[in-house]
Amino acid sequence: MSYSDLERQWTARVRRRLVRLLPPERLLPDTQPTYVSSWIYVFGVTTMAALTVVIVSGCLLALRGPQWWHGSSVGLFVNSLHLWSVEIFFFSMVVHLWGKFFMAAWRGGRALTWMTGVVTFLTSIAAAFTGYLCQSNFDSQWISTQAKDGIDATGAGAYWNVLNMGQMLMWHIVLLPIAAVLLTALHVLLVRVKGVVPPFEEKSETSEVTA
Amino acid sequence: MSRSKHRPDVDVAPWKGGYSPYDILKEGTIALLVVAILTLVLAIVFGSPDEPAITVKSWSNAAPLDFTQDAFSQLNQTSETATYGAPYNHASVGQQLGPLSLAKWVGVTIPVNTVKDFVIDPLRALPPQPGLTAALRAWSSSSSSTRATWLKAYGAASGRLHVRGGTIEPVVAGAGPVPVLMQSLLTMARSGALDQALGNENGFYDTDYTLPLLFLEDGNYLGTQATAQHLGGDQWGMMNETGNYPGQAWLWLYTFWYQIPPFNSSGNGDVLVWALMMLLSVVLLLVPFIPGLRSIPRRTRVYRLIWREHYRAVERP
Repeated sequence: MSYSDLERQWTARVRRRLVRLLPPERLLPDTQPTYVSSWIYVFGVTTMAALTVVIVSGCLLALRGPQWWHGSSVGLFVNSLHLWSVEIFFFSMVVHLWGKFFMAAWRGGRALTWMTGVVTFLTSIAAAFTGYLCQSNFDSQWISTQAKDGIDATGAGAYWNVLNMGQMLMWHIVLLPIAAVLLTALHVLLVRVKGVVPPFEEKSETSEVTA
Repeated sequence: MSRSKHRPDVDVAPWKGGYSPYDILKEGTIALLVVAILTLVLAIVFGSPDEPAITVKSWSNAAPLDFTQDAFSQLNQTSETATYGAPYNHASVGQQLGPLSLAKWVGVTIPVNTVKDFVIDPLRALPPQPGLTAALRAWSSSSSSTRATWLKAYGAASGRLHVRGGTIEPVVAGAGPVPVLMQSLLTMARSGALDQALGNENGFYDTDYTLPLLFLEDGNYLGTQATAQHLGGDQWGMMNETGNYPGQAWLWLYTFWYQIPPFNSSGNGDVLVWALMMLLSVVLLLVPFIPGLRSIPRRTRVYRLIWREHYRAVERP
């Protein structure tokens, strides 16, 4: 096989494109623009850290099955870890979202970064909601029976039955976490590709711009 | 890169300023450690709630009359489930968004016949008992008009009913087999057998609790318990959870609409709230493309607070 044959490989082409799109120094940078200096930036990485703790504590809960935590003090503690990591996750995510809003972080061709962030936020809400539905306790009973009317009214309840604990459990531990993690990964990669949005220019009204 | 008129809410100029050292992996590791420790502390200090689920057995023992009234509303098909419409039955059009009957259009995909699923089938699963067998036979062999007469007689007397020691009193005259059916179902519920019958509809293994949850919700007991836990619809309902825990605080906006007109007074309140929330979600998604909305950050100048060090540096004389 000649060198040019190798260059035409699908694998080689994809690798070249990926490296061009996201060179290693941009994927794992060792410097950043000086304007990236505010406490608000902490909440993006905090959100990802909390997501990691959510997943790890969820996996620990999964080890012994969905009923374990009702009858075990260890299980209840792991459930507490899961609950509070979710609370930290959402707190961080909401602050991150508002921070990015007030930075107008979609500027400079970053609209897709903003949109993947919003979709991740909505997906995470669904993931947390299904968690409450599959707790198999009083909260699950009340929340599912209250929520069903809204979801049924849209027609979605015909196929997404919040009273079906098995279905909600599968969505909570398989489908929605996969979606949330993939969306988060895409969001972070887009941040690395485009970089952190610079501050508003206050002095000049017209200049060379990146659209 | 193109040379064009600068749109401050869309474009940015290339950064020509300085760079500072940044160890992304170290930052991520520190964040993970801090969040893990914070989670650990919160879990140790506050724990998490786990209020046991209400069973049909506990409900029918704690509030037997409420259970009986719920069971009768399933038999005479006046319960919320019996009159719900899609996805459970065709009893009503369901909620409408203007001219749109979304639920009705999607159709009945989780069919529930309250007479059969909540009363007759569970009773048929019981071991044969002379009185009950005769009552079930009388019910199944009667015409719909005869059943209506029995149900009307029982319904007329329902205000006088009470339960003493697990027995419904008085026995309503002229109601055919209905008093036996109601008494048998109450006895079955109080023994725990109805939990099994409703929860095992799909066989030995079952993770679908649609039937017992619908039955439970149609009574007043679940709502009363929820209100006592500050979980009622007018108490910011399902965003909360039992005990003093933050619950799903991120659902505050969704829950907020249920507290104000027209959402809290309209028969179509649920679909109106959902439509509004979907619209707001789309708006949030498309903020970068909506003139006016995307200018809010620049006009409010909150960014000056976020990037105060940067502006302090560039504005330094």
